[in-house]
Amino acid sequence: MQLTANKWLRARSAVVSVLSSLDVPLLLITGALLGVATLVMASATADFDYRFDAHLVNLAVALSVMVVVAQIPPLRLMQLALPVYLIGVLLLVGVEMFGEVSKGAQRWLNIGFTRIQPSEMLKIAVPMMLAWYFHRHESQLRVRDFLVALLILAVPLLLIFHQPDLGTAILVLAAGMFVIFFAGLSWKLIIPVLVVGVVAIATVAAEGDALCAEGVSWPGFKDYQRQRVCTLLDPTTDPRGSGFHIIQSSIAIGSGGVFGKGWKEGTQTHLEFVPERHTDFIFAVMAEEFGLAGAVVLLVLYIALIGRGLMIAANARMLFSRLLAGAVSLSCFTYAFVNMGMVTGVLPVVGVPLPFVSYGGTALVTLCIGLGLLMSIEAQRRRRRER
Amino acid sequence: MPGRDPSRHMTDLYSPEIQLTRFRRRVLFAAALVLVAFGLLLARFVWLQVVMHDYYRTRAEDNRIALLPVAPNRGLIVDRNGEVLARNYSAYTLEIKPSRVADLEQTINDLAKLVNIEGRDRRRFRKLMDESRNFDSLPIRTRLTDEEVARFIAQRYRFPGVEVRARLFRQYPQIELGAHILGYMGRINRRDAERIEEAGSVDNYRGTDHIGKSGLEQSYESDLHGLTGYEQVEVTAAGRAVRVLSRTPPQQGNNLRLTLDAGLQRIVEQAFGDRRGALVAIEPSSGGVLALVSKPTFDPNLFVDGIDTASWDALNNSPDHPLLNRAIYSAYPPGSTFKPFMALGALTTGKRTPEQAIADPGHFDFGGHRFRDDKKGGHGMVDMHKSIVVSCDTYYYKLATEWGIDGIANFMSQFGFGSRSGIDINGESSGILPSPAWKKKRFRKPEQQRWYAGETVSIGIGQGYNSYTLLQLAQATATLANDGVMFRPHLVKYVVNPRTGARRAIEPQPIRTLDLKQEHIDIIKRALVDVNKTGTGARAFAGAPYESAGKTGTAQLYSLKGAEYKEAHVAERLRDHALFIAYAPADKPTIALAVLVENGGFGSQAAAPIARQVFDYYLLGSTPAGPAPEVTNAADGE
Repeated sequence: MQLTANKWLRARSAVVSVLSSLDVPLLLITGALLGVATLVMASATADFDYRFDAHLVNLAVALSVMVVVAQIPPLRLMQLALPVYLIGVLLLVGVEMFGEVSKGAQRWLNIGFTRIQPSEMLKIAVPMMLAWYFHRHESQLRVRDFLVALLILAVPLLLIFHQPDLGTAILVLAAGMFVIFFAGLSWKLIIPVLVVGVVAIATVAAEGDALCAEGVSWPGFKDYQRQRVCTLLDPTTDPRGSGFHIIQSSIAIGSGGVFGKGWKEGTQTHLEFVPERHTDFIFAVMAEEFGLAGAVVLLVLYIALIGRGLMIAANARMLFSRLLAGAVSLSCFTYAFVNMGMVTGVLPVVGVPLPFVSYGGTALVTLCIGLGLLMSIEAQRRRRRER
Repeated sequence: MPGRDPSRHMTDLYSPEIQLTRFRRRVLFAAALVLVAFGLLLARFVWLQVVMHDYYRTRAEDNRIALLPVAPNRGLIVDRNGEVLARNYSAYTLEIKPSRVADLEQTINDLAKLVNIEGRDRRRFRKLMDESRNFDSLPIRTRLTDEEVARFIAQRYRFPGVEVRARLFRQYPQIELGAHILGYMGRINRRDAERIEEAGSVDNYRGTDHIGKSGLEQSYESDLHGLTGYEQVEVTAAGRAVRVLSRTPPQQGNNLRLTLDAGLQRIVEQAFGDRRGALVAIEPSSGGVLALVSKPTFDPNLFVDGIDTASWDALNNSPDHPLLNRAIYSAYPPGSTFKPFMALGALTTGKRTPEQAIADPGHFDFGGHRFRDDKKGGHGMVDMHKSIVVSCDTYYYKLATEWGIDGIANFMSQFGFGSRSGIDINGESSGILPSPAWKKKRFRKPEQQRWYAGETVSIGIGQGYNSYTLLQLAQATATLANDGVMFRPHLVKYVVNPRTGARRAIEPQPIRTLDLKQEHIDIIKRALVDVNKTGTGARAFAGAPYESAGKTGTAQLYSLKGAEYKEAHVAERLRDHALFIAYAPADKPTIALAVLVENGGFGSQAAAPIARQVFDYYLLGSTPAGPAPEVTNAADGE
């Protein structure tokens, strides 16, 4: 009897410890986002029931992974940073050499029983690695360290860019840059880069016609990438090809108005005008059926999520935790901003899903790992305070 | 790096508190950036969903809603008694949109495993592709059986761009009857499309892919076609219709009620048997065409779903030219059927009195040339009456020479000789009313352009350059029968709106009354009655219980210079055409006709018996057992 009671007690304390590692505000915000996602998904997959079931399975798997990751203390995470990063880069090299080509890009690696997409794990591995590196050199950060950091970022980035997978490359680059930014990169370097970026975007927007003229090639860009930017500048030049996506999603969003057409009432969605409506363009479905109101709710949820993440970063004890939490939070921002920007026609179409909403298990698992990291960091802080 | 070394700055001032403060500042900066970025997105949402909302709502509606044309039922064509000559039937067709099919040949081969597709179907499809607008849906097979439809539907997913559709087809239940009148339907080709565009009826022809190509189907196209209806349907991005939102029903085309008597038409076509020729029968009091026959005829049903090359070649290359409308297009010399009009003209212009007689030696000499009469030794003393009854040539050689070509042409033109009658189908030719003016226009060389007095001689007996359509001859006969009151010949009695029953009558008024004296007309009419009693038409009309008037004629094809015409010695295709004009009953005519049997020989022999069958049927209702017999008495001459 005594033994079973002990067992029961131990089991109970284990559950309590697992639950205590979870962050309630993050859970609530994520729950709300996933609720919205499920609602929109039910409409977007109206013609494919199996997709909706698969979405529910993805949710379950991803949330489990999040809980597991939340149990790993930051110190243990730090130990994992280098091996995970190295394995990731090795797999990318493997993709480069033996990868499977599909739809003109070499992204998949067949490891016998399944196919994996190594670039996905770099979204987590790169910020972890950088955070670990800066943490190790915490007391004497030099210019050299930033150069090493850039190298750590550049190796996987070039490999991903070469696949090519522009969407993932952007996300990995952003995650890495956020770590470097939070680590204290001089404003003197940041500001010129920002200025050059703004000027470059303004130039492309203003001189688009000349740059997109027949036969012009942009150094460093593949033809289809150039095409995406050009299509963005003037979707009507390609109304049957990729411009069709931008035009139709703009029509879906615009016709939604302030309060939308109602759940499952979106004509653009249900008459199949919106492309990729359960994956990358799911925001168009949401904005058509729930209008500006729905879009604002989504923005508020993302702001809350990012805000909570940044708070966790600001309060974290170790530099590693701070940098990682900050980068993970801003990664969510990158996802959301790039996706909504492309669906509303202000950014080029790159394969970036809407975080926690778009259909797709891999992206959801990656995001939930990020949430798990945040929770692990926050749990560590709470435990320390309790001591 | 010139100036301050940032690394030194970092190391020197290192302390956990300062670092934390700096980090928190950067977090705040990042948070501000997030808010600004999301603010920009919000601005974009407001732009799309509030400012531009109306524009995008319209675009979404335009996307969603397609207007699909609904083709109207084509109007029916019925004869004067309501017998149906052209109607519609619904059938399943297997249609391919070539623009949406990658490998056309392969697709057709695959389809051939499901439904029966023969070589002629493939050839027809190729021909349609050449003729059509490239985004059209074109039939590879028509009239699918129910089983074939079921087999295709089960496999339909394999064939994007291929569809089974229920279509209305034109059908001519009487097969060959009146084919030249009804004409036929065919798919709209580029030229038709241009005409539709010029007429400004492009909208009304969306959804229609057949159009009248000849005959009444062509000339009454705008009446028969009807008004296209529209369905507002919700469509997917792929163009698939999901549901019907609203419907404007099409309005059926107007029906045509003809003046034609299908029974009579049938009797005439039968009366010809295998012989080639034409007959036009007209109601003199209205100009309504009772029968218009061109033999041989053809089956207009062949054209309905696109005629295949082999059938087309067979029709087009036949030496009998079945597609030729001999009643309104072919022009023939009228022969002696011209004489009553010559006589009437002589009376009207005072060139002859009825009693004035000539001695006929059997020939007429003019300018060193001898013009022969058919009867050796001549008819003796011949006055006007006798000249018609026995068909004396010498009388008319002489009359024509004295009257002169200008006077003849002037008088004849008012009967409609040499000009199109204006009948309500296309393809009419004007024939030739010879005159010095016509010759000047017709020929190039000056010596050919001159009119020689010798040429006037044979004009008097309906030979020479004389050349008229059977329709003109029938119209002239009807005008004579109607005492000079002339109507435009027409096939449609009235156009009926099938919904309201409203009728629009065609041509109820005479077009002109000829300047003739009734006593002159009566003299000619009495002579024509005697032709059928005692003259050249007497054998054919022996024992008829009604009184009829007629005139036989022979159109010479082969000039036998001075020699005697021996029918048996002349090749069949070079034999004379047999002609006959007639009307009945003689006192109050209800039917007038002109009939020609190609290479039939004498009119009394081959043509008059057909007229007898026509009158017997039309006036007495008696149906003959077979083709009209040939009367074997050629001795009288015509």
